[in-house]
Amino acid sequence: MHFHKYEKIWLIFGSGSLIVFLMVLGFAAFWKGTHPQSHIETIDPQNIEAHEAFQAENLGLHEVEDGKYIVNIVASAFNYDLGKDENGDIVKTIRVPKGSSVLFQITTRDVVHGFQVAGTNVNMMVEPGHISRFETVLKNNGEFTIVCNEYCGIGHHLMFGTVEVY
Amino acid sequence: MSTKQLTFSKQESTLYMVFMHVTFVSLLIGGLMGLLQTLVRSGKYTLPFNIDYYTILTVHGVILGLVLTTFFIIGFQFSLLGKTVGISKKQLRAAWLSFWVMLVGTVMAAITILIGEASVLFTFYAPLQAHPAFYFGLAFVIIGSWIAAITNFRQLYVWKKANKGQKSPLLAFMVTINMAMWVIASLGVATAVLIQFIPWSLGYAETINVLLTRTLFWYFGHPLVYFWLLPAYMAWYAIIPKIIGGKLFSDSLARLAFILLLMFSIPVGFHHQLTEPGIDPTWKFIQVVLTFMVIIPSLMTAFSIFATFEITGRRKGYRGVFGWFRKLPWKDVRFLAPFIGMLAFIPGGAGGIINASHQMNSLIHNTIWVTGHFHLTAATTVILTFFGIAYWLIPHLTGRTLTAKLNRLGILQTIIWTVGMTIMSTSMHIQGLLGGPRRSNFSEYAGGEQVATWINYQLAQAIGGSILFIGIILMVYIFIQLAFFAPRGHEEYPIAEEESDALPTPKVLENWYLWVGLTIALILFAYTIPVIDIIKHSPPGSVPFSWPIGRS
Repeated sequence: MHFHKYEKIWLIFGSGSLIVFLMVLGFAAFWKGTHPQSHIETIDPQNIEAHEAFQAENLGLHEVEDGKYIVNIVASAFNYDLGKDENGDIVKTIRVPKGSSVLFQITTRDVVHGFQVAGTNVNMMVEPGHISRFETVLKNNGEFTIVCNEYCGIGHHLMFGTVEVY
Repeated sequence: MSTKQLTFSKQESTLYMVFMHVTFVSLLIGGLMGLLQTLVRSGKYTLPFNIDYYTILTVHGVILGLVLTTFFIIGFQFSLLGKTVGISKKQLRAAWLSFWVMLVGTVMAAITILIGEASVLFTFYAPLQAHPAFYFGLAFVIIGSWIAAITNFRQLYVWKKANKGQKSPLLAFMVTINMAMWVIASLGVATAVLIQFIPWSLGYAETINVLLTRTLFWYFGHPLVYFWLLPAYMAWYAIIPKIIGGKLFSDSLARLAFILLLMFSIPVGFHHQLTEPGIDPTWKFIQVVLTFMVIIPSLMTAFSIFATFEITGRRKGYRGVFGWFRKLPWKDVRFLAPFIGMLAFIPGGAGGIINASHQMNSLIHNTIWVTGHFHLTAATTVILTFFGIAYWLIPHLTGRTLTAKLNRLGILQTIIWTVGMTIMSTSMHIQGLLGGPRRSNFSEYAGGEQVATWINYQLAQAIGGSILFIGIILMVYIFIQLAFFAPRGHEEYPIAEEESDALPTPKVLENWYLWVGLTIALILFAYTIPVIDIIKHSPPGSVPFSWPIGRS
């Protein structure tokens, strides 16, 4: 088949850039560990309390060591359960100091939800039967909105929370 | 190569026109829903009669993403085959059957959505559960489209038998590629609907494997967007050259591009599932690489189109580096509308590369950036090309002409669309980068600075959306004129011819066993192991949930 000379140059340049781009993505994913979240850990969606992390008393923010935190969350239509504070009030805001490393760990007890901390790299699908996890270092001060970004029903837009980095 | 054009019989024209009627009714209804969505999201407007935001969102997605596109494409493709290889009496009856089956399915799904029993959006993710009639409606639409596909295959087959040894007409070849891709891809969603959703929605199956439904959906969902795009490519390769007074750039390259698009459109669905928890990241990455292979035929297409523009211009005697460009027929809407579509594909394609970029996806996944993206690709590139086709196809079918006045209105329509979409899509892209979610009713969430910024961009989207709706009204007006009122006459059906000294097209490009075989091999490579993993490591299934979508 005949290719025009300029077309050959164009295609070689285009495919070459593509290969370089894919190598950058691959290097970051396989050597630097920046894969999107994929933990392949399952759970019974009708009995999520069988997993220790999702029992009522373990929900919300926990400091595991200096500067390292875990947040356990249960999503359901149309709420994120972030646990209760020492007064027994419902927590809607997670507060962590700047520079903390935070592991978000979440599952759902009903339908598919999303979990995004807007303004950070934390962005996961939350699906019944699976546990979603993402660890990140929160480097910037501010208030970041947690939004459900996968349609979960007519109250979808009422499902939110806040992460405050101080 | 003979590019003898066949003449449509009255019955044929009627058939192709009914598909166009459904298309433009869908445009009006779907467009109105889009307008309402942008108004609601501005926070300044509430829907009357207790209509739920997510009901109109479902109508918008289903009617524009599935109904308008599928009816236009199948009708247009039937006309392409009618022009190039012809249609027999029996095939004509089969084509009508496909139309009615699809229409019945559409009406079933539409009624279910409108009475609020299927506010599950166009992706109908389990375990949200719609009324069974919704899933049956979808099944009918798919089955109807298969009848059309089989008829199309038969049309080319009969022609090949009557014209032994000749290469198939280019446009007939392209239609066959698109329908082959459609059939192979829709097997996925058909499996999900028939084997998983329908028994589960009727109560015969207690639970459903959520991740499997999503994987089957996206196995279909990505080729679906190529199913929209390929008819636009058909027009760019084989029709636009004729409109600008030129010839085909290269018959073989056009065929090669379509073959590559067939092979690399399907084994790529995981790039829609990058942030899902249950899929091995290595397989995600493999499908990301396969996704990027479609960039090559797209680069070939871009080159061919601009080469045709330049060759045609220079042959007409326009000199200088860009002289040929200035002299393109800018005042001919049959050219201008698709041309703007091509331009929109540059940022649209670049955005698509970002979306599919494995880890980079988490920056924009399910933000309104994605909505901005496909309003450039589907709702500008594809739809403006479809409008560009409609300006000559409709009068050709109704025996009328595109008058100078309608041509001017068409140009105005194209400009309105471009302005409206630039405002709406740009503000969606920016809001998405700032984390604003897609598919959401107006909400102030927990308040604060971040959310206030999002709402400003939503105001801009309402302005863009209102401008676009004016464009829709104008387009529907032009359609009605072309269908019923424009002066009688003959409007050309523009099909470009090959250069007289064109090199022969290699025979291997028409070896269907080879290309379909390779396509299936790639699909098996990309999906076998991960799907076995998904089934083997599946958690307990999900029971249905219908209360979250407002069903009692």
